[in-house]
Amino acid sequence: MTAIPVCAVACAVAVAALTTSGAAFAQGEVNVYSYREQKLIQPMFDAFTKETGVKVNVISASSGLEQRIVTEGANSPADVLLTVDVARLQDAVNAGITQPIKSDALDKTVPAEYRDPTGAWYGISMRARVVYASKERVKQDSISYEELADPKWKGKICIRSGQHMYNNALFAAYVAHYGEAEAEKWLGGVKANLAQKPSGGDREVARDIAAGKCDIGLGNTYYWALMNDKEADKKAWAEATKVILPTFKKSGGTHVNLSGVVLVKSAPNKANAMKLIEWLVSENAQHMYADINYEYPMRKGIKINPTIASYGEISPDRLPVAKIAEQKKAAATLVDKVGFDN
Amino acid sequence: MPQFFLRPGHRLAILFALAVASVALAPIASLVRIAAIGDAEIWPHLVAYVLPASLRDTLLLLAGVGTITVIAGTGTAFAVATYRFPGRDTLVWLLPLPLAIPTYIVAYVYVDILDAFGPVQGALRALFGWRSAVDYWFPDVRSLGGAIVVMGFVLYPYVYLAARAMFQAQSATLVEAARLFGASQFQCAWHVTLPLARPAIAAGLALAMLETLNDIGASEYLGVRTLTLSIFTTWLNRGSLPGAAQIACLMLLIVAALVALERYGRGARVFANPDHAPPAEPATLRGTAAWSVSACCFLPVLLGFVIPLGYLAREVLARGLLIGFDPALLQHVANTVVFAGCATAVSLALGFGIVAAWRLTQDRLVASAAFVASLGYAMPGTVLALGLLSPLVAIDDSLNWLMHNFAGRNVGLLVAGSGAALVIAYTARFIAIPVGFAHAGFSRISFDLDHVARILGARPRAVTRSVHVPLLRQAIWGAALLIFVDCLKELPATLLLRPLNVETLSTYIYQFAARGNFEEGSLAALLIVLVGILPVIRMVRHADAALYRQGEPMPA
Repeated sequence: MTAIPVCAVACAVAVAALTTSGAAFAQGEVNVYSYREQKLIQPMFDAFTKETGVKVNVISASSGLEQRIVTEGANSPADVLLTVDVARLQDAVNAGITQPIKSDALDKTVPAEYRDPTGAWYGISMRARVVYASKERVKQDSISYEELADPKWKGKICIRSGQHMYNNALFAAYVAHYGEAEAEKWLGGVKANLAQKPSGGDREVARDIAAGKCDIGLGNTYYWALMNDKEADKKAWAEATKVILPTFKKSGGTHVNLSGVVLVKSAPNKANAMKLIEWLVSENAQHMYADINYEYPMRKGIKINPTIASYGEISPDRLPVAKIAEQKKAAATLVDKVGFDN
Repeated sequence: MPQFFLRPGHRLAILFALAVASVALAPIASLVRIAAIGDAEIWPHLVAYVLPASLRDTLLLLAGVGTITVIAGTGTAFAVATYRFPGRDTLVWLLPLPLAIPTYIVAYVYVDILDAFGPVQGALRALFGWRSAVDYWFPDVRSLGGAIVVMGFVLYPYVYLAARAMFQAQSATLVEAARLFGASQFQCAWHVTLPLARPAIAAGLALAMLETLNDIGASEYLGVRTLTLSIFTTWLNRGSLPGAAQIACLMLLIVAALVALERYGRGARVFANPDHAPPAEPATLRGTAAWSVSACCFLPVLLGFVIPLGYLAREVLARGLLIGFDPALLQHVANTVVFAGCATAVSLALGFGIVAAWRLTQDRLVASAAFVASLGYAMPGTVLALGLLSPLVAIDDSLNWLMHNFAGRNVGLLVAGSGAALVIAYTARFIAIPVGFAHAGFSRISFDLDHVARILGARPRAVTRSVHVPLLRQAIWGAALLIFVDCLKELPATLLLRPLNVETLSTYIYQFAARGNFEEGSLAALLIVLVGILPVIRMVRHADAALYRQGEPMPA
């Protein structure tokens, strides 16, 4: 009976010793906390290591990484925080874990509306939230976000949860453009047009359209391309749908969201971190973002993936992304008020 | 209340109990601290727009899952313990297997199978000549009803394992006495056998309910707005970590109240096995009765295990995941097993230890400490992880201060940044399992045995070692199995607390599932199942063999 606690403590100590992160402070390493899934970002890191010889240590999670960095404090091994949504970038700034990134290369490559005015974060790739529409039942080839609330779409719209971060960003952009009162009316209109209770993900939107349950829905640019090019069991869904690049009537632009990068305040490997951040907007990396991740590169002159290019020429909304982050809470509140997910 | 300990031993037991309780108390204290920082500004909005729908969905989900798990778990356990029928011996270890598959994977699998493009509807369309999904009605898996069925048939093993341990240990004399008084078989079961298993069924049901409450993956995918989901949206979208912590505290209070209510409802009833006579010989069923019982018992296994496993295996083959085998997976398997194994050993020792301490001292403080320790299970994994970060970093800061002053070095984050953080998190989260099993197990050991042992001269520790432990063997193995499998499947706390470059099988699958492409992780999911199945079978067989060794007839 007493042998068990002794073994248990010995195990725990062994585990601690074997997997400690002490090595993370060694020369030639950089530690990345990433909201982007590891499988997607690993090819980039491998290419970076090949070019520069700097080893990249990663963990990825879906939430809580800023809290982890805050709590870890001065001893935190984190050098760089990679996000998939603009709100997390702003959360990192608000949590006080960032330091300004000073880099001419970054300032030249990243347009002003896709970076923080004080240099706290930079966007490194973009994706747009677009309309998936049934090829046989929807004849039009252009649409506005405002039109989604039009009663002609009653019972015809499929969408994932209104509180999911991608929708939250789009709704926040709407609030930033038109104000809360207009946005609430619009959300109410979209809610009235839903064919079913929101559930599933963006792929389910294409799936449901293909099954005939609805005619249009919202999804990110890369999902359709992935289903079409890489996922044989889901290709039927992509073939039954087409992608329309919607625009805001006010600005004529399509809503985009950013993947961004933050330099952590207490970064132990600052020089390597800057190397990595600057490398992520280099030609090589931006090619990979375009080809492997099916995203829109931030750098000009990089060829967009042909499937993504087939959607049409995108005119990204020029609303400063920082303004979208400001309205996230308001958007979430409005989604609750109209009972969007109920 | 009988006092067993001399004063010093009693004090030691209390200290031990408080130390164990503090492992679960640390994240709860953090949570309360975060909740207290914030104001209540978010509550009017939550109460008006969020909580009514959340509470309704959550309560309906819990009620539905609770009903299915109790009926399926208790029914199958009773059938397997009381009767002999075709396939019974295989079913004994098949029935707990749904435990080995993460709930959200089963949700994805059933949506794939039952959706408009899946094989079932495809076959229906071919059979009846319908052209598309709008031509007919088919129940939608992505709904509250779908979530109830999916979770019910994945979580019933909690009740099955607990109930079976009780049924196996029930003395035949009670049932014989009832029959002598003229009770029919049904009346025996309803008035004697089942009520005696109440603590175990309650313990199993509590675990299943808490798993349901804390699930995010399946709920979000199937469109059920649970309270746990509200916690996350409040934190991430409404931008209020204190508000989220406040909801989490409310949930904890409700859970604590429910568990306390059940304990109170038990009152002074004694569930002990009065004479430790062996259980009745299983009665052999014949004919249609035998086959229908067989079919009914096989149904939960089919729904909760065989179909998802078959689907995963098919995906592995179809995608060539074995040929394009990622060698890193072996490292992930090793990580997963090491963390799960350590956490199981630690949780078992602490969980059974604290309940044994209560048994020997009958001290109310120790009982409360055990109760508090169990609350870790009621917290969602991410909330627990966030709550644990501060205490762990505090330990590391103290270590660094010591090293700095005595060795002039900084050692960084030794505990918080290492695998030990995961083991501690798993322990804090899962210690409710051994505590629950230990309570149920001890409840059927009469105090008379303790008294007799003491009269014969045994010291308290010897009483535990020689009397309690052998009688608790099934409970220990049942708890060990559940903790191990739960650690294998654990995701949110693992994602947040793991060291750099460390992946477990769960986090590996999650990368694909987060992108809506979980099939790519099928091989990893299959590995979780395989790594989980072997202990299941081993431990169920071991528990049966233990019965046999004690001289009681082994269920044939």
